[in-house]
Amino acid sequence: MVNIYKKDKIFDWVVIIIMGVFSVVLLLPLLHVLASSFSSPEAVNLGKVGLFPVNFSLVSYQKVFANKLIMRGYLNTIIYTVIGTIIQLILQFTAAYALSRKDLKYKRFWNVFFVIPMFIGGGMIPTYLVVKSLGMINTIWAMIIPGCVSLFNIIIIRTYMTSMIPYELQEAAMIDGASNFRIFIQIVVPLSKPIIAVMTLYAIVGYWNAYFNSLLYLTDDSLFPLQRVLQTMLIANDSGQIGGGVGNVESELLAETLKYATIIVSTAPILLLYPFFQRFFEKGLMVGGLKG
Amino acid sequence: MKIILKKKKEKSYSTGKGLILFLIPTVVYLLIFHYLPMSGLVIAFEDYNSYQGIFGSPLAKNYGFANFINFFNMPNFWLIIKNTLVISVYSIVVNTILPIILALFINEIRNKHFKKTVQTISYAPYFVSTVVCVGMIFAFSNYEHGIFNTIAKFFGGKPSNMLESDTWFSTIYVVSGLWQGLGWWAIIYVGALANANMELHEAAVLDGANRLQRIWHINLPTIIPMAIIMFILSVGNILSVGFEKVFLMQTSGNLGASEILSTYTYRVSLMSRIPQYSYATAIGLFNSVVSMVMLIAVNKIAKKVGDTSLW
Repeated sequence: MVNIYKKDKIFDWVVIIIMGVFSVVLLLPLLHVLASSFSSPEAVNLGKVGLFPVNFSLVSYQKVFANKLIMRGYLNTIIYTVIGTIIQLILQFTAAYALSRKDLKYKRFWNVFFVIPMFIGGGMIPTYLVVKSLGMINTIWAMIIPGCVSLFNIIIIRTYMTSMIPYELQEAAMIDGASNFRIFIQIVVPLSKPIIAVMTLYAIVGYWNAYFNSLLYLTDDSLFPLQRVLQTMLIANDSGQIGGGVGNVESELLAETLKYATIIVSTAPILLLYPFFQRFFEKGLMVGGLKG
Repeated sequence: MKIILKKKKEKSYSTGKGLILFLIPTVVYLLIFHYLPMSGLVIAFEDYNSYQGIFGSPLAKNYGFANFINFFNMPNFWLIIKNTLVISVYSIVVNTILPIILALFINEIRNKHFKKTVQTISYAPYFVSTVVCVGMIFAFSNYEHGIFNTIAKFFGGKPSNMLESDTWFSTIYVVSGLWQGLGWWAIIYVGALANANMELHEAAVLDGANRLQRIWHINLPTIIPMAIIMFILSVGNILSVGFEKVFLMQTSGNLGASEILSTYTYRVSLMSRIPQYSYATAIGLFNSVVSMVMLIAVNKIAKKVGDTSLW
């Protein structure tokens, strides 16, 4: 074998330096938020905080965890994420499995049926009218059901199953008299681990970060997911009410630090989660994505 | 013996039929949330009111095209189309090219641990929600204590709130989008490069090619076909700039650059006190039709120029 990398020390170092700088630049915004969240409100309001906390303080975190709106949103989001992820995975994997089988009846029809909605959609208003007529407005289902199936994902999963799971294995099980359900649970699911991992992460992140549905379908603030609460705080600039109960000047002083602390509290779970799924990214995405 | 064999054969035949059970839940979902709204598109040609419903409302004027005509004649029509296209084209150009360059760089990292670290870091912003990302932009560009202005003051610049002006809107949109997506979009290219043909590289080395030459002549051609497919898909969506982020980034100061098709649709329907459902649906339909035409056109061009095509 020829060493295809010989005599390129300088080239290697240039690559390492550029990529190192690139990574640090990507991290800067998050580091600034982290540093600000641990700084004293005075330092934040004077614009003194850079990449390290100034006058270390946990005040903003205490306020965040004591805040009913945020905690309610957090709980709601956890509920939506758990239920939604389960439903989404079941719907996508059962459908993808059926579509991956050669002996599915009317296979051509079903393929077309699943592809059409990828290109044509009703859009915002007709979908809203359907959700409304189903009585889903201001229920938790409005956050869970509309948009819960991604056809693109179904196609990726189907492609993964057809290319990574030997059909002979399923045929052998059929000859032994195994039911479809048993084949699915005992053969297909265990062999689909990488794609299940990727889709689970997609589902969790999707529900955790969901905002659009709450904007369209929810007016009852006890149902608001975390992202909706964040929007009123971070963007509509209502953080005054979150520091509420304190004197006006003090709550105004707190407002900015609170924003940073809330960003950390709401984003940390996902940022701590994804590295565990990382080794599946390439395998799961490549196989399904390329051929699909 | 014969009888037993026959029995088993029958059983395996019936499993193919039973597969429909696996499809039913998702099919029901699609019928309700995709096919039913598709039929709801008819209200684009009506004067919809909730009493008479989707199929009972009267036809709009001008043989049903009044809503479309109203939209085209609206004073802000060209501004909205222009804003949508500026944001879209800007994003497409940048988001098609930069992930390729990043992937080529990542592929040249030879230390495995460093490579994995760079990838892990570059994925991180992708998992930050749109609301938080926009929230960060607002906090950073705060007039009094945002980090952008602190930096500007340090270099002797004047503090300003970038989100309150039209000038910077599309750039803020694209750059923050890059921060979030660059690493993620590079994934499939990195994967493809890892599977690239090693013999080609070895042969090139024997012929005296250096790293840059091999990147240019071997690695780049490996990922170009995929990049073309990505490009076709994004051009097909040229008018469908995501609603969420633009909507969240809108301020009274930047509306001249930030009002796009989807936010306008929302403003005249669900955000308005007198929702114009038919009018909003007509805009959505216009958007879909343009997307379809663009998708087919770009696909045809790609087929002629290169050999890549979606179908």
